[in-house]
Amino acid sequence: MDKRLERILPRVQKPARYVGGEYGAVVKDPAGVDLRFALCFPDTYEIGMSNLGLRILYGVLNGMEGVWCERAFAPWGDMEAAMREAGLPLYGLESGDSLRDFDIIGFSIGYEMAYIAMLDMLDLAGLPLRSADRDGSMPLVVAGGTAMYNAEPVADFVDLVLLGEGEDELPALVSLYRRARQAGWDRRALLREAAKLPGFYVPSLYQIDYHEDGTIAAITPLEGAPATVTKQLVADMDRSYFPVHTIVPSTEVVHDRVTLEVFRGCIRGCRFCQAGFVYRPVRCRSKDLLVQYGQEACRASGYQEMTLSSLSTSDYRDLTGLCDGLEPFCREQHVNLSLPSLRADTFSMELMQRLQRGRKAGLTFAPEAGTQRLRDAINKNLTEEDLQQSLRTAFSGGWNSVKLYFMLGLPTETDEDILGIARMADHVVRCWRENASNKNRGLRVTVSTSWFVPKPFTPFQWEAQIPLEEYERRVKLLREAITARAVTYNWHDGDTSFLEAVLARGDRRLGRVLEEAFRRGAKLDAWQEYFDLSRWLDAFAACGLDPAFYAGRVRQRGEIFPWSMIACGVREDYLWRERERAYQSVPTPDCRTACGGCGANSLVGGTCHV
Amino acid sequence: MSKLRLCFVKEGPAVYLSHLDLLRTFQRVFLRAGIALRHSQGFHPHPLLTLALPLPLGQASSCEVLDFETNSEEDAAALPERLSAVMPAGIRAVDCWMPEKPLRELALLQAEVTFCYDQGTPPACWQGLEALWGRESLIIQKRTKRKALADVDLRPMLREAVPVREAGEELTFRVTVQAQEPGLNPALLAEAVRLYAPALAPDFVRVRRLALLDKTGKAFR
Repeated sequence: MDKRLERILPRVQKPARYVGGEYGAVVKDPAGVDLRFALCFPDTYEIGMSNLGLRILYGVLNGMEGVWCERAFAPWGDMEAAMREAGLPLYGLESGDSLRDFDIIGFSIGYEMAYIAMLDMLDLAGLPLRSADRDGSMPLVVAGGTAMYNAEPVADFVDLVLLGEGEDELPALVSLYRRARQAGWDRRALLREAAKLPGFYVPSLYQIDYHEDGTIAAITPLEGAPATVTKQLVADMDRSYFPVHTIVPSTEVVHDRVTLEVFRGCIRGCRFCQAGFVYRPVRCRSKDLLVQYGQEACRASGYQEMTLSSLSTSDYRDLTGLCDGLEPFCREQHVNLSLPSLRADTFSMELMQRLQRGRKAGLTFAPEAGTQRLRDAINKNLTEEDLQQSLRTAFSGGWNSVKLYFMLGLPTETDEDILGIARMADHVVRCWRENASNKNRGLRVTVSTSWFVPKPFTPFQWEAQIPLEEYERRVKLLREAITARAVTYNWHDGDTSFLEAVLARGDRRLGRVLEEAFRRGAKLDAWQEYFDLSRWLDAFAACGLDPAFYAGRVRQRGEIFPWSMIACGVREDYLWRERERAYQSVPTPDCRTACGGCGANSLVGGTCHV
Repeated sequence: MSKLRLCFVKEGPAVYLSHLDLLRTFQRVFLRAGIALRHSQGFHPHPLLTLALPLPLGQASSCEVLDFETNSEEDAAALPERLSAVMPAGIRAVDCWMPEKPLRELALLQAEVTFCYDQGTPPACWQGLEALWGRESLIIQKRTKRKALADVDLRPMLREAVPVREAGEELTFRVTVQAQEPGLNPALLAEAVRLYAPALAPDFVRVRRLALLDKTGKAFR
């Protein structure tokens, strides 16, 4: 172990995060590989190791001959400071080698607030932040993940963006890199070739021109880059890699269990939900394969907890069959099977009761809005009767803790909708009084609201985020309307959601702001411990940019978005139609009931298998 | 059903696993090896695993002891290999046997303590340290569990300290200290040096446990 590291570790919190060596971590002989890949997650170890995508890509890359993939996470503030003080560069957890010595550095970016942590990690690795300042002697820096559907705020920092699902794109990147090395291409030539591959977006090959009002006048592809880059996906989930043998962290992480991904995509089409559109179309894994993977993964890891994962697990066609298949094994091996993201319907509740053993954990529902009118407007297909029905079953079955999630500031929201949230909470309390099997234990209802952030590739991508003062007024309105003692109200910090709204639909001029905020000390800004909006506002002022231009402006139809060179399969006219239906409070049926013609079927040869 | 005792090594990256991390890791190690542990009876059943003497974070050991109970009959001789195959880096089982003595009879701990001096070992270091260990008392201040500072005399808990080697910037000696009730963390000896012979205070201290002994000085089985 590096002597500097040995001296630092006893002084920092949870040093086990920084040493690797977990069961299942892949260690190869550096002399036996020709390509070193650093898979980077711009958040802490505990968050990153909970990410299924990271485990999939780690497995895919390490399964390749001659490739050694390692991990790197953002160090917590104490470790970061100690590393800088000791002059210890960011290193791969498996080898301890500096990230600078890797061939490719790949960031998985799921969330806008992680941009700044990516800059921090590049800087800690001793690399220039800007792509233009790095040459072929330095690692190629690539990025992917949900937040990269609009990569423009980080366009100046990354060399290459991989759009969509990485299972097939990363092997393609590896062969391209090898080809470039063999042919002796310089970095520029490599990027030019990369731009020819499907799903590979090279920001430096696009020139952006702006109108005087700050909106985009034109996006011009350069040097033969395509006008549109379309995301890539895995068409057949049964043939895609599943990490049966994966890393088992020795120290506690957030999701410390087997995660069984049952399908990708979502049939629902909630109009605020970016994941619901960018992961289209739905692709399922077969039940029997899932049962097999679940058992093998538990045996291989020693985990005694397993969770079914997807955007809406109730929509898995044979969910009952899947649970039937897993249940005997789980019972025998004392494995706890959990089903998050269930819908509030009778079927799901019965299933949950069946799987529940021992302690009754809290129930969580996300009605998102307080009135049927607004739920129709956002296409959240949940009625209060559904919820009441589920709660009746739950309360009579002994549950006594309910969490309800809502958003404030959704398009078309009125005070009536906000007061509707308080009414719903009251109805929950009444339902408990009428149905609880054991009232001695009392009832706990938690109502949480977040501040709606409009995201690219959703029907609300044209919308303005409501101003901060207005958000705070609505929080106050709701806080005063919630009177029942059993109900606790939590609301999301406004500062973070505001910046998130700015970055989500930002253009590449924000690169300067990110750099400035970083110089002013921003780092792990997804964490309240480190986030400070005033630092960002100062950075905006220093760059002469107005954050409200990005967060609080209604876009006109036809405006060129910063992400207009990207295609996720769902057509813009479909999104606009959905927006119009939102204003009429007209719900759209799910994909299974009726195809809405969004266009994502073109990604899987014309027919979605919903 | 078997009641067994395991001896394992904890070194390298594993020295940064906390006591709780280690217990969690062992639960999974046994499951991966296909060995069902006996669980406590009660509302929240937990596997019956006991680490004899929790190892301070950052210290290595060649002689950690874990007591456990299995549901099935297990061949103790075959267990170290089976368990080691599914352990994280830095942990390795070396021996397994039927416990001969209860854990409370674990009395002494033998450890190798290395003082690191970035500017080279100070002159007459051995002699200075020998003189220090020879004192009648070595009182340092230590935080108690209630966070208050308390005076603790290390001297009665230190049974022996022998020089082992001096190499460049490192000076290593072997100590025998009381293991429990009360036990002495060998790293605290550096505290005493800092207080009573500041010129000899090391820049960094490394500790590796070598052996657990009973009160007669024989290997604890």
